[in-house]
This record gives sequence, C-alpha cells and structure tokens, in this order.
Amino acid sequence: MSSIGTGYDLSVTTFSPDGRVFQIEYAAKAVDNSGTVVGIKCKDGIVIGVEKLIASKMMLPGSNRRIHSVHRHSGMGVAGLAADGRQIVARAKSEAHNYESTYGEPIPIKELAERVASYVHLCTLYWWLRPFGSGVILGGYDRDGPQLYMVEPSGVSYRYFGAAIGKGRQSAKTEIEKLKLSEMTCRQGVIEVAKIIYGVHDEAKDKTFELEMSWVCDESNRQHQKVPEALLEEAKAAAKSALEEMDAD
Amino acid sequence: MDRDATADVNAPHSMGTTIIGVTYNGGVILGADSRTSTGLYVANRASDKITQLTDNVYICRSGSAADSQIVSDYVRYFLHQHTIQLGQPATVKVAANLVRLLSYNNKNMLQTGIIVGGWDKYEGGKIYGIPLGGTILEQPFAIGGSGSSYLYGFFDQAWKEGMTKDEAEQLVVKAVSLAIARDGASGGVVRTVTINSEGVTRNFYPGDQLPLWHEEVEAHNSLLDILNASSPEPMST
Repeated sequence: MSSIGTGYDLSVTTFSPDGRVFQIEYAAKAVDNSGTVVGIKCKDGIVIGVEKLIASKMMLPGSNRRIHSVHRHSGMGVAGLAADGRQIVARAKSEAHNYESTYGEPIPIKELAERVASYVHLCTLYWWLRPFGSGVILGGYDRDGPQLYMVEPSGVSYRYFGAAIGKGRQSAKTEIEKLKLSEMTCRQGVIEVAKIIYGVHDEAKDKTFELEMSWVCDESNRQHQKVPEALLEEAKAAAKSALEEMDAD
Repeated sequence: MDRDATADVNAPHSMGTTIIGVTYNGGVILGADSRTSTGLYVANRASDKITQLTDNVYICRSGSAADSQIVSDYVRYFLHQHTIQLGQPATVKVAANLVRLLSYNNKNMLQTGIIVGGWDKYEGGKIYGIPLGGTILEQPFAIGGSGSSYLYGFFDQAWKEGMTKDEAEQLVVKAVSLAIARDGASGGVVRTVTINSEGVTRNFYPGDQLPLWHEEVEAHNSLLDILNASSPEPMST
C-alpha cells in the first residue's frame, strides 16, 4: 500500500510517472493516523462520533473539540491535523454565512460540501501551498432531508450513508455496513456509533480516549447539537457492556 | 400650454401602473395593466410589465421602467448562474432575496416597486412584495403601483384563502380593471401570468372586453369607420 515516491514527491505540483501526486497521498496519511471519526445517516437525521485520543491526563474533558457546528443545520467531525481542520471549519462557516446573506435561505448541504471540497482542492493546485492534512465528515439536515458527505485532503467529496476516517476506519466501515440505517432512528444510531467507536479503539496501542458525539435530526429540531448528556451516557454504557460481552467470549 | 406638453415627452418613462400578485390553491397568478407613461403622454399602451426571471419565477414591475428592467436583468443573470451551480431550479424565495438586495443596496438611485411570484417544489406558490425602499415581505397577495391605492379596500373584502385557479384569475382581472377605471396612470389591456406545478400560462384581456364600472362608457370603434361606411362622399348625410 505505501510506496516511496522518490524524486516525484517533493512538490504538490509534480505528477509521478504512474500518474500519482504523492504529496496528496502523504496528506491522506496524516488523516489515517488520527483518531477515528464516524458518521451515519439514519432515517430521521445524521449522527457523527469521534474517538478523541487524549494526549495528556492534564487536559480538561470536553476541550479540544473535534466536532464543530458549521451552521444551525450542519456540523463537521474533523480528523487529521487539528489546526488544518480548524481552517476548513472556518471556511465552511464563512461559506454558509455568505450564502445565507446573499440568497436568503440556509445553504443546501450539497452546495456546502461542494464549496468545502473545492477549497480543499484549491490547496493542492499551487506549489506555494500545501494540501490540508485533515479530512472532514460533514452532516446536515436541509429541505431535501438529512445528508452526509465526506471531504478528503485531495478535495474529493462524496455523499454517503455511512462513512469513517482515521485509524479504525476499516473495522468501523465493516461495522457500519452491518447496520440497517434506513430503518434506524438517530436515538438508536447514537448507541450504535458509540459501540463502533469503542469497538475500534485499540487499548494496547493508543492512549485513553474521550467519545465525542453530535447529531442533527428531527428530535433536535433539525439543529446541529451535541448529543444530550443523558443519551450520551446511555450510549457509553451500552458500548462498554457490548465490549465486555465480546471479551467474555 | 404647448411647452408643457412637449416637455413631458422627454420625461423619464414611468409605469404609473397597477400590479397584482395572488396565491391560490396550487400556485400564483400575477396581473398587470399595460400603460407606460412619460408625463401625460402614453409612451406604450400595450406594454408587458410581467417579466420572466426563470422557468418558474416571474416579476411584476412598477415605478421607473428603466430601473425595473435593469434590476430584473441582473437578477435573471444571477439566478441563471445559481441554477447551474445548484443543479435544480431556484426557489421563489431566492429570487425575491436577490431582487431585494439590489433594491435595498441601491435605494438612493432606484425607484422600483416589484412583486415576485412563482412556484417551487419546496414551498409551492409564493408571492413576495418588494416596495420602494427594499423591504421584502412574503404575502398571500400583493398589490403595487399607483393604481393599487384604489384596491386596498377591494382586496380586504374580496380576498379569500385557498381560491381555485379560475376564482383567482377573475379576481385579478376584476381588480386591475377597477384600478384602470380610477387611476389615470393605469390603462390599456390586462395581462396575467399563472404559475403552478404544471408550468406557466399567459393570458390577455383586451381593454374593450373588460367589465365596465360606475359611469364608464362602452368602447366603440374609431369614428374613422364612418368614412368607410356606405357613402363614398364624405360629409353627405
């Protein structure tokens, strides 16, 4: 999977002989090494969950948030370099605000995803810029219903039923595929996402982590917000007991 | 007296006007008179004040003819780009917002009263009134132009929610013809545009086929027809 692009990997404006831009691939590696971010589209909304690896015991719980609200109706979970991610979120907020000022309605999620993607892509076109070392999972609820998009450092953006990025994305994706998302409500989805994140966390290799979750659904009045305390605790408890069951086998 | 008359011909074209937009059960109907005046001179007695912005959104223009045309040209241009970007038809709300941004931000230079009406799949038929200063107000029906002064009481009494297409059309035609009767700056024919999920229909009501109101006289043909009548010699009985 990894290959060295000796000589062809010094600049983002250089192609290799086999048609790859190595700088972009290296940027993607920064995302692959970060804590897992999972997003699913349920029948009544979106749930985003993040495995926030805690670097130091001195950190206050709840700080260094990885999920940000972009607009009333949408939010983003960020993976990869935190500072790069902050920039992407800032841009998304600005695009959403400008759209509403001009057109008088909240930005359609599809349009927002396209603008974020084209901004990320922009930074892969010039030698004096470097690609973003972070990918985002963007979830929102507009007049066309709930939608989930993922934007990668290369600038591609696709619409998904379920998406995962970061360390545990392979096993997370396998778990997501087992879920019947079209029949699930967000309440149930929150529990499932928690189970997935706890499941993919590698106790041996990684330090402790904090589970961060948000949703935008009918129950939250189509506003993007943190999952309510009570439900979050319920989800954590369910995830922990699911883990114990697995270990008991 | 002569000097006053000719001075008017060079005055800027203004559409005295009566414009109306109403929602009905399933869409909207826009209606307008057809008189464009420069002072006392009727520059165009059959103008079309209902202008297309997109397939599903039209506007009624009043005030300065030049100003309202320029605003509608700009908004049509922006909406075209917006439609391409979005990949689907623009909503009536977006069209109305673009009109009001231009009206508000250039309020010192413009003199336009605009009614935006159309149909989109999210909200159905909608009417937005955007008067002189650039306020935007979504309304079940809107009236504008100099002739509208005479229609406020009429609509208070005659308007109802959820009319059928035919009821609404008759209401619009009746209202415009009432205004034409009383407002010197409105006249000519009545044009209507109906917009719903099925598309757009234009209608035309010639001046001589409109209902007559109090003290109005029936239209008759030009007196020149006497010359074409039986006798070849003029002035013989």
